[in-house]
This record gives sequence, structure tokens and C-alpha cells, in this order.
Amino acid sequence: MPTYWSIASASFRQYSTYRMATAAGVFTNTIFGFIRASILFAAITTAGGELSGYTIAQAATYVWLGQALLAPIEAFGTREVSQRVHQGEVAVDLLRPASFLGLYYAQKLGRSAFLLLGRGIPPLVIGALVTGLALPEDPLSYLLGAFSLLAAITLAFLADMMVNLAAFWLIETRGLTVVYTAVMNLLSGFLIPILWFPDWLLGIARATPFPSMIQTPIDTLSGRITPLEALPLLGVQAGWVLVLAVAAHLMLRLGVRSMEVQGG
Amino acid sequence: MAENSRPRSSAPSDPSTPSRRSDPSDRPVSTARMVWTLYASRIRSQASFRTSFVSDSLGQVLIVGTEFLELWVILSQVSTLGGMTLPQVAVVYGLGALAFGIGDMLFGEIDGLSSYIKSGRLETLLIRPVPLLLQISSLDLSLRRIGRIVVGLAMYVTALGIAGFQPTPMLLMLAVLAPLAGAVLFGALFTMAGALQFWLVDGREFANAFTYGGNYVATTPGAVFALPMRAFFTFVIPATLIAYAPTLVLLDLPGPALIPSWAGWLGLPAAVLVWIVAGLLWRSGVRRYTGAGG
Repeated sequence: MPTYWSIASASFRQYSTYRMATAAGVFTNTIFGFIRASILFAAITTAGGELSGYTIAQAATYVWLGQALLAPIEAFGTREVSQRVHQGEVAVDLLRPASFLGLYYAQKLGRSAFLLLGRGIPPLVIGALVTGLALPEDPLSYLLGAFSLLAAITLAFLADMMVNLAAFWLIETRGLTVVYTAVMNLLSGFLIPILWFPDWLLGIARATPFPSMIQTPIDTLSGRITPLEALPLLGVQAGWVLVLAVAAHLMLRLGVRSMEVQGG
Repeated sequence: MAENSRPRSSAPSDPSTPSRRSDPSDRPVSTARMVWTLYASRIRSQASFRTSFVSDSLGQVLIVGTEFLELWVILSQVSTLGGMTLPQVAVVYGLGALAFGIGDMLFGEIDGLSSYIKSGRLETLLIRPVPLLLQISSLDLSLRRIGRIVVGLAMYVTALGIAGFQPTPMLLMLAVLAPLAGAVLFGALFTMAGALQFWLVDGREFANAFTYGGNYVATTPGAVFALPMRAFFTFVIPATLIAYAPTLVLLDLPGPALIPSWAGWLGLPAAVLVWIVAGLLWRSGVRRYTGAGG
């Protein structure tokens, strides 16, 4: 455990050194937040002040929480592991006296912790000042929200890891990353709340782990659903964590078996 | 590069300036020829990885699809967005995607300048007798972006038909000119984004607000934005002039405050102005650059 802790904190410190990159990320994240909020506000205003359960204040909260979660969840995917697989460096990772997935998960948690504080909170604060936020009435929402957020980050890590591990079998995984990102951004409820989807698309979204990555933590944290309503959704998140953890583990084992590293 | 006696691989790291020492008289190659040679070599090299090219292009199509789905889902809930119906929004989206796709394909890679600065590879480019901007923009040209261009074009043409476009010679000219002017404007934005990296090496993402953010705004009906934002994205970063304003003219719609429908003709002048700024910024960036040596 101390190993993973020091990896996580090293990863946190590594990211905290890039101050200019963080400031740039906050700026861009905020501009995109304003663009997204404008589109949703226009739709809600045309609908007469409320659209499928979302008022202006709730839509603002939804957008700013989404912008805050974008960085820690790394919704645009990572490429590090797939590149290490292609270059054979993954052999070094496998030799380390720590579990492969555990190692990368610790890194991800450290990184996400920084990204949440450094890149997530500032746009949320700016959003709160400019458009206002709807905050939950029940303090329990914050506690459940924190759990939901951790589960979401874990899920995003596992799914992204599976996309990366496909590099054991595919020569080029960029196309797969692009497809994954596009599907994830839509079905997770990042672009628009999944409740606005037509029934067929809502059905598809709910059959995937994607809403558990963004829609569930946002709904829980914003208090749009009560803690009692949030509990079953947290259960769904936990279920997906289990499924994806087993799947990622299996993929790694199969991949390692088929791997052949040349030279040395 | 067919005239070269020595076959070359087209790996991105390979120097590709034609030089025939035996005959110095034809060494200064015209810029147009250089542009053609550089871009053609990149296109050939990328098209040779067929599976990768196909899967990447399909990925691009999917991204465009999900982006438009966002607008489509909203318009399945409300009848108009920013005063526009679904076919009208589709014209804006298709036109914007087409313009961004062309601009991104030709200039999108300037965005990667900071990695050249950090790794010191910029020095290698600077000593070659080819304009830096041309080298960078052609070096990693991404043919896969053709996916966005194809979908954008199809959507633009189809949506114009459904939205009841009444062509006159003037309007037809605008319909053809608008995506090209938009592409030129996006090219200028990408160049500005690249130039900024001479100052903000780690601040690459900063410029995304104007390039990708500009694309987001351009593919959205401009009337949805509150006045300060509308003013910013019309007068400072003229993103609403790329697709929204021309669509107002093409479909004969009234414009909202700050964007009268005649602004639809301002895409090209705006592109020229932004290019002047981008060019100046790029030049002072290159002058400011000092290599780390080595």
C-alpha cells in the first residue's frame, strides 16, 4: 500500500508543476462551459423555462460540474499504455514488484486528484459567479457525490485502460480511441443530459457504463436527485466497476500471453 | 518528388526539400511548387496506411455525428434553437464543419508547434530553405480529417435543399465562397494558436478555446449566445461569421442583435484581417524564438 500511495502522490506532484498548462486548461474549460451553457439556456428558454426536469439553474450546474469533471475523468482518453505496449516498454512495467493495473490506477488517482483541484474547481467557481449554481439541500448529497465521483474516475480509468490494452492485438489504436471518446462523450451525458435523449438512445445509454462516468456523479453532486434516489445509481456504478475490473484484468492476462518482446 | 533521382522514404523525419546540386539553376523552387510537393508527399505517405486511414476517417465521421446528435436531440425537444429549425441548424452545422474540416486538415497541425520547441526539432526546420509555416502545416498533415469534410459537405448540401434554399447567382456564389472563407479563417486561427506557443510553450491548450471553441461556436446558431459572448465571437474571434451569418443570407432569415444578415458577406474580409494579425504574430514569434542549442 505505501508503494501505491507514493506513486499516487508523485503523480499528483508531477502534474502540479505544469502551472501554465493548468492555467491554459482552466481558461479553455471555462470558455467551453460558457458555450455549452448558452446552447442549453437557449433550449430551456424556448421550452418555457424548464426542459425534461432541467431549469436554467440546474442546467448551469450540470454544465459547470461537467466541465469540472472533464479533466479528472480524462474524457478525451489517454494513449500512454498503448504506446508502451507498442514500444515493448510494457515489459518493464510487468516486471515491477507491483500489480500493473494497481500501478496505473495509483497514478491515475494522483493525477485526477490534482486535475480536480487545479482544473476542475476554478471553472466551477467562475460558473457559480457568472451563471449561479443549484446546490443540494441535503448534506448527504456531498458525501454520496464524493463516492460517486471516485467510482466514476475508477470506471473511466478501467474503460480507458481496456482501450489502451487493445494495443496488444491492434497495430494502431488511435482510431479506437477516437471512436471510444466520441461514444463516451455522447452516452455519458457529458454533451447533453441523457434524460433529453429520445427513448431508444436513452435505452442504449443506460445499457452501457458510460452514464455512470458523468451523469451519475453530476446528478448526485448537484442534488438534482435525492440521496435516496442516488443510492441505486451508486449500486449500478459499483456493479460496472466490478465488471470492468474483471474485464480489464482478463484482457491484460490474455494480452501478456500473446505478447512477444524482441531485443533487450 | 518524382523528378528526384534518389528514391526517398516519406517518413515525417525525412528532409524533403528537393536539391540537385549538379544543376543549381533550378534550385530555387517556386513556392507553389514547394507547397504542392510537400503536401502531395504527405498525402501519399498517409494514404499508404490504408486500414489506419479508413478507421481514422470513420472515427472522424462518428465524432461529427455525435456533435450533430447533440443539436438534434435538443431540437427533438424544442422546435427552434436560437430561432432556427432543425434543417436551418443543419445548414449552419454542415457549413461550419466543412470549413473547419478544410482549415483543420491544412493548418491544424500548427497546433503541435510546442512539441517541436520542447524537443528542439524546430532548429532542424528553421535551417531548411522552406518557410517554417509551410513545413509545420504540411509535416503532420492529417488526411483522416477528410471524414469531417465529406460529412460536412453532404450535410450542408442536403440541409440547404431541405431548408428551402432559393438559389440566385449571387447566393450560389456565397454558398460556394462561405466554406472556403471559413476554412481560410480557421487556418488563420490555427496559425495564431501556433504563434502563441512561442510565448506560452506549456499553454497549448489556451489556444484551443479559439480554434476548437471557434468551431463549436461556428457550428451553433449565433443567436443562442448572450450579447457579450456574441460580440466576442463576432468582433474579436469572428466565428459567427463563418457559418451562422452566411446561413442567414442564404436562407433569407433576419439576424439577431449585433449580427445583421448582411454580415454573411463579411467572412472573407474577416478572414483576411485575421490572417494579417496571425501573420504578424507568427513572424514576431519566430523572431523571438531562441534555440536551446545542441
